[in-house]
Amino acid sequence: MNLKKTFLPLFNPLSKDNPVIVQILGICSALAVTAKLEPALVMTISVTAVLALANVIISLLRNTIPTSIRIIVQLVVVAALVVIVDQVLKAYNYEVSKALSVFIGLIITNCIIMGRLEAFALNNRPWPAFLDGIGNGIGYGIILIIVAFFRELFGSGTLMGYQIVPQSWYEAGYMNNGMMILPPMALILVGCIIWVHRAKNKDLQE
Amino acid sequence: MKGLKQRIDKIKPQFEKGGRFEKLHSVFDGFYTFLYTPNETSKSGVHIHDGNDSKRTMITVVIALLPCCLFGMWNVGYEHYKAIGQLDHNLLETFFYGLFAVLPQILTAYIVGLGIEFVVAQMRGHEIQEGFLVSGILIPMICPIDTPCWMLAIAVAFAVIFAKEVFGGTGYNFLNVALVTRAFLFFSYPSKMSGDNVFVSLGGAQGVDAYSGATPLGQLAAAEPGTAVTDILGNPLSFTDIFFGLYPGSWGETSTFCILIGALILLFTGIASWRIMGSALVGGFLMSLLANGCASDLYPVSFLSPIEQLCLGGFMFAIVFMATDPVTACRTNTGKYIYGFLIGVIAILIRCYNTGYPEGAMLAVLLMNCFAPLIDYCVVNSNVRKRLRRAQN
Repeated sequence: MNLKKTFLPLFNPLSKDNPVIVQILGICSALAVTAKLEPALVMTISVTAVLALANVIISLLRNTIPTSIRIIVQLVVVAALVVIVDQVLKAYNYEVSKALSVFIGLIITNCIIMGRLEAFALNNRPWPAFLDGIGNGIGYGIILIIVAFFRELFGSGTLMGYQIVPQSWYEAGYMNNGMMILPPMALILVGCIIWVHRAKNKDLQE
Repeated sequence: MKGLKQRIDKIKPQFEKGGRFEKLHSVFDGFYTFLYTPNETSKSGVHIHDGNDSKRTMITVVIALLPCCLFGMWNVGYEHYKAIGQLDHNLLETFFYGLFAVLPQILTAYIVGLGIEFVVAQMRGHEIQEGFLVSGILIPMICPIDTPCWMLAIAVAFAVIFAKEVFGGTGYNFLNVALVTRAFLFFSYPSKMSGDNVFVSLGGAQGVDAYSGATPLGQLAAAEPGTAVTDILGNPLSFTDIFFGLYPGSWGETSTFCILIGALILLFTGIASWRIMGSALVGGFLMSLLANGCASDLYPVSFLSPIEQLCLGGFMFAIVFMATDPVTACRTNTGKYIYGFLIGVIAILIRCYNTGYPEGAMLAVLLMNCFAPLIDYCVVNSNVRKRLRRAQN
């Protein structure tokens, strides 16, 4: 029981309190980086890393931050972490870094991060804050990966850059769906995920 | 007739609750009310029932579409034989070539659309709505003849589920279902929805040397300014050709003449709003006049005369059959004028000044569909304010 309670911040954001499909946060980047699976994966890892570390740092500082300037302090911490992530990506995976372009920098403005810092890290001890960061990062990532999976499979016929749809299909008249590459389809897919999720969790229905 | 009624009444209990085919009760109900007036009366209050239910409305629209549909089929055959250089075929041969070319599309649209409709009706436990009766025939008519059936099936499924059923079914959709189908195809498979190779059915044969399958508006968008529109063999199109629709295009929409017959039927029976049709025509005319007045070499389509602008492409079809869809249009009379006028203006605006899209009628109607509730809201509120002011004075 106690163990379950400790890990509540980790497992809750995966489904019942998912940042994307329940709190409707971070939609902008969910639409922008999910045309291919690889950038979505990298984005997930980056956001999870930034969120977990920022949560821990803010949680450690929570008793020393004056309330009136807490947003600025949070921004400085997040910005520093984002710059580190950006540099690491540029050093080790330049192609994906180029594909993600401004969206790594824009992690600073991702509502999920600010939301979790304000709502959780400022009032909790570092360990739960760390778990909360990991949980929310993965909760965000699950949706990104599901959306990116369908968009890349139907939009480009590939997964992680590997050809999945066989060449013989194209010769028989199959065509990639161009709309899957466009952001509106990502919005519709997120809508479908919310639809399925709410249908399974009746208590979330408004 | 009597025998049929008796037989249906005999099998009816099997479809009711507890019967053998309970799962199919909405299907049975759909066909039953299609054949006979339902035997239900109001439970309370005083009501006047009109025989004109939504089924009959839909049938009237389908009848209004028939001239376009039949002419479109013939035109498919005509363009086909012209493209392969065999113009010695008679009227029936030409018509039947077209009929068999479009039949798979019509069947696909109806089977997929009605299939989803039946399943959803059964799941939700309400009766089958008849809205798809019209959409099903409209969808193939506004698509190029060479659209593959599997694409059509995906697009119809997408449109019926996401434009209609998620909002509550027929009567609750805020976008025109047929146009959503076309928009989905247009953005998903652009190479199959525009260009030179999709609007004329070659049927595997080789086109003659001078053949080019571009639609008139497609030719203009790519041509030097001031070029005359031509048919598929490069002969200039006369105004009669344009008016009667002897040019390639989405197969139901080319003939202005047949569309006008349909418009007369719709207006005579009072099903379509003359306010929308009229104001859209005025809007389109004024915008083409303006475009023609300041025609520039950058935008070759703007050199067309206003009458040609109105008769070419899908403009007339869109304002007669799409803009007047009572569910997605404005409800207030003032709103209808604004709604129709803006459809006309935007359709010509996109056509002339967005070189990426040779035709703008689809996007214009979809855009105004989105704004229709807002227009209604403003009209109603301004009326409320006006009356309040009058009451205060």
